[in-house]
Amino acid sequence: MSVASIFPKLERLLPYVSKPIQYVGGEIGSVTKDWEATAVRWALMYPDTYEVGLPNQGIQILYEVLNGIPDVLAERTYAVRLDLEALMRQHGVPQFTHDSHRPVGAFDLFGVSFSTELGFTNLLTALDLAGIPLASEDRGEEHPIVVIGGHAAFNPEPIADFIDAVVLGDGEEAVTEITDLVRAWKAAGRPGGRDGLLLELAGTGRVYVPRFYDVEYAPEGPLRRVVPNRAGVPSRVRKYTTTDLDAWPYPRQPVVPLAETVHERYAVEIFRGCTRGCRFCQAGMITRPVRERSITAIGDMVERGLTNSGFCEVGLLSLSSADHSEINEICSGLSDRYAGTNVSLSLPSTRVDAFNITLAEQLARNGRRTGLTFAPEGGSERIRKVINKTVSEDDLIRTVATAYAEGWRQVKLYFMCGLPTETDEDVVQIARLAHAVIRAGRAAAGSKDIRATVSIGAFIPKPHTPFQWAAAADPAVVDHRIGLLKQVINSDRSLGRAIGIRYSDGEPGVVEGLLARGDRRVGAVVRRVWEEGGRFDGWSEHFSFARWQKAAQEVLGPWGIDLAWYTTREREEREILPWDHLDAGLDRQWLWREWQDALAETEQDDCRWAGCTECGVCPSQDVTIEMGPTGRRLLPL
Amino acid sequence: MGGKRRQPASDQPPVVQRLRVRYGKRGRMRFASHRDFARALERAIVRAAIPIAYSQGFSPHPKISYASAAPTGVSSLAEYLELGLRERMVPSQVARALDAALPVGFEVLEVAEAGQGSLADRIDSSVWTVEVPGLSERLAAVAVERFCAAERICVERMTKRGLRVLDVRGPVVRLAVSAPADAAPYGVEGLPCAILDLVVRQVTPTVRPDDVLTGLRAVADLEVFEAPRATRLAQGMLTAEGEIVDPLAADRGMACAGALSA
Ligand code: SF4
Repeated sequence: MSVASIFPKLERLLPYVSKPIQYVGGEIGSVTKDWEATAVRWALMYPDTYEVGLPNQGIQILYEVLNGIPDVLAERTYAVRLDLEALMRQHGVPQFTHDSHRPVGAFDLFGVSFSTELGFTNLLTALDLAGIPLASEDRGEEHPIVVIGGHAAFNPEPIADFIDAVVLGDGEEAVTEITDLVRAWKAAGRPGGRDGLLLELAGTGRVYVPRFYDVEYAPEGPLRRVVPNRAGVPSRVRKYTTTDLDAWPYPRQPVVPLAETVHERYAVEIFRGCTRGCRFCQAGMITRPVRERSITAIGDMVERGLTNSGFCEVGLLSLSSADHSEINEICSGLSDRYAGTNVSLSLPSTRVDAFNITLAEQLARNGRRTGLTFAPEGGSERIRKVINKTVSEDDLIRTVATAYAEGWRQVKLYFMCGLPTETDEDVVQIARLAHAVIRAGRAAAGSKDIRATVSIGAFIPKPHTPFQWAAAADPAVVDHRIGLLKQVINSDRSLGRAIGIRYSDGEPGVVEGLLARGDRRVGAVVRRVWEEGGRFDGWSEHFSFARWQKAAQEVLGPWGIDLAWYTTREREEREILPWDHLDAGLDRQWLWREWQDALAETEQDDCRWAGCTECGVCPSQDVTIEMGPTGRRLLPL
Repeated sequence: MGGKRRQPASDQPPVVQRLRVRYGKRGRMRFASHRDFARALERAIVRAAIPIAYSQGFSPHPKISYASAAPTGVSSLAEYLELGLRERMVPSQVARALDAALPVGFEVLEVAEAGQGSLADRIDSSVWTVEVPGLSERLAAVAVERFCAAERICVERMTKRGLRVLDVRGPVVRLAVSAPADAAPYGVEGLPCAILDLVVRQVTPTVRPDDVLTGLRAVADLEVFEAPRATRLAQGMLTAEGEIVDPLAADRGMACAGALSA
């Protein structure tokens, strides 16, 4: 049975919505395939608007990997804006894919990638618009299997009721394996129906099917146990780790947006994983170990990516790009190759200690010198020991001064507030640091015309990190400290004028904290908020804290718990955490030791250079660190 | 951006050839805004390896200048722009390469080497065809007659700078109900669909086809109909005889005036 395009219906609504181009598809790099000619069909979603979702690397990679299989179809869908959502409901237009405008409900699988918990309510909108029952248990054989992935899927419990399956970790091999199982299941006449397929997926040990686990709670609030409720389902589910990145050179043909998006560039992941060991950093912890892409593979990807896309900017992405073993060679090689063209290079965020003059010069060579970003995260040396972001104040000031001397006029510094053990004094140190940076910068640049932006956000404890047991700071404390910081920065008029301060409201952080460490009881809160109109919680213009507070009170009250129980409560070592049955490869004891070391202000080394610290990932995933140097160089094109 | 103050003056090769391009946006690409098209074009130029020249300075921009662009949601077969190249190219080759590199729906229709004068000086009017689903031909005829009989018709439009009042009658040179098409062109089933021929002088602020329709609705007390679908058929100079002169005609070295119906 073929599936008709809903475009004629959609087309009549587009004159009435903002930025209609985002819904029409037809981008360079987008793929259309004959429905009938394919055996397994995926709708892939990034649960935010097109402008935010399109550049997402995860979706772009999976889109290409899946469409690269001849009998597999993958199409993309994004969260529709509120104006179109209202019109779609009024006119009965379902959630659609952008490539061929097919209804999402007609696909075999609906894959959603979450980078942040604040996208959870958008999942419900998409399911509802697609005509897929919100609750997993209400779905029948005719509905797609709803699979989620991405960093926020490492604790999927708050949305466990709404999803069928979860993949932890890297998606490349995961989607291929799932596709194979679905293909075989369909070919065999769908044995066992929907549950039959889910059971097979769960049986791999690497796909988590929440419905196959029962959760019990102790009267005081915490979990009592999480147990499989049928045979053939493992008690713990392991993550996927893609190795040999050179063998996965995606994206090759990125989808080039027609609407303006948040990143207009060809992005290449230069390595995956990070073992710096920053204790707050979920991304670093769940993506261990480090796997580098080689300098030559990177060069080839950039060449092909630029030719195929027509982009003029190359983003060298990773969690800490300056840490690549051949970063200087990569940057200078690419700068040489593209000298005289209008291609520019960028590194999204740079570690203070890995940044150096060579790198600065290479990045500066091709014209556009976008702002430099450093993330010391903590203001005082003491707190930097707690979070294991070790960099000395002198190094920091010297590095930033180097950047100013090399011609940058604007440097961004990222910090967090509300870290474990933090005092007012730790935050006030940020002001002193910023002052010192401006003073040193003025001297180095020989000019008063330099600026720094201090960006400060509330720390949110995340699962699978040493701080998963920590109490988040009360939002009032965070607000007080940020106020204090502003006051001290501006206490010196001359220096203060050169420093901009950016901070985010504490309230979305509270909700992110609730969702990040929530259990299945939080699912009803998510649903209630969504029913009350909650959409796009990551957008300040749509976010309503009052709505979340009210729903949390109503839903959690009968359990004898509240928002604060999830956010500002410190957990004990033995407490069963809602994600303990999800195995990111990290040894729980190692995480706990790291937490104790944090409290003792003891630092931990990076295993890339100082030897294995036994976090557990390599043996449990049967992988090793993959890194250079390769000694190879980029030759001129 | 700053940096070791490089000497930008010597960085970029100069323009050695200027090409004028007539292009269209059709089908679903009509929903592109002018900025969306501009980004798509810049990328197509890179993909097609057209030797575009760049402006001087620390953040160089490709040398592309646009004549007035059709609004978002409106199709066109007659948009114009000019490219500055740093190497000479054969215009027809540029046309082919660029057309192939653009997303389907954006079409390069003609490329000619620029002659004297500027493109803007050769355009003062547009020819449109407007399909209005929900409007019967009979009602359309009545409304058009009233519209043409009026001296001024003021309508309000929300712009970025707030609500503005425009006279939509003054700039309209011609408005008529077109001969009926064989099928409802918009494909909205069960609805009548009037087709209007429209010639509008380009004034500031621009009077667009949907402004004219708002005016039409106001003078004839019409119900709100489905979103109309407008297509720009031609742009150019309006002659005393009411014909439109193709702005690239002079560049082609041929004195040929495009017919009103294009
Ligand atoms: S197991 Fe050892 S080498 Fe592997 S990531 Fe953990 S600390 Fe590093």
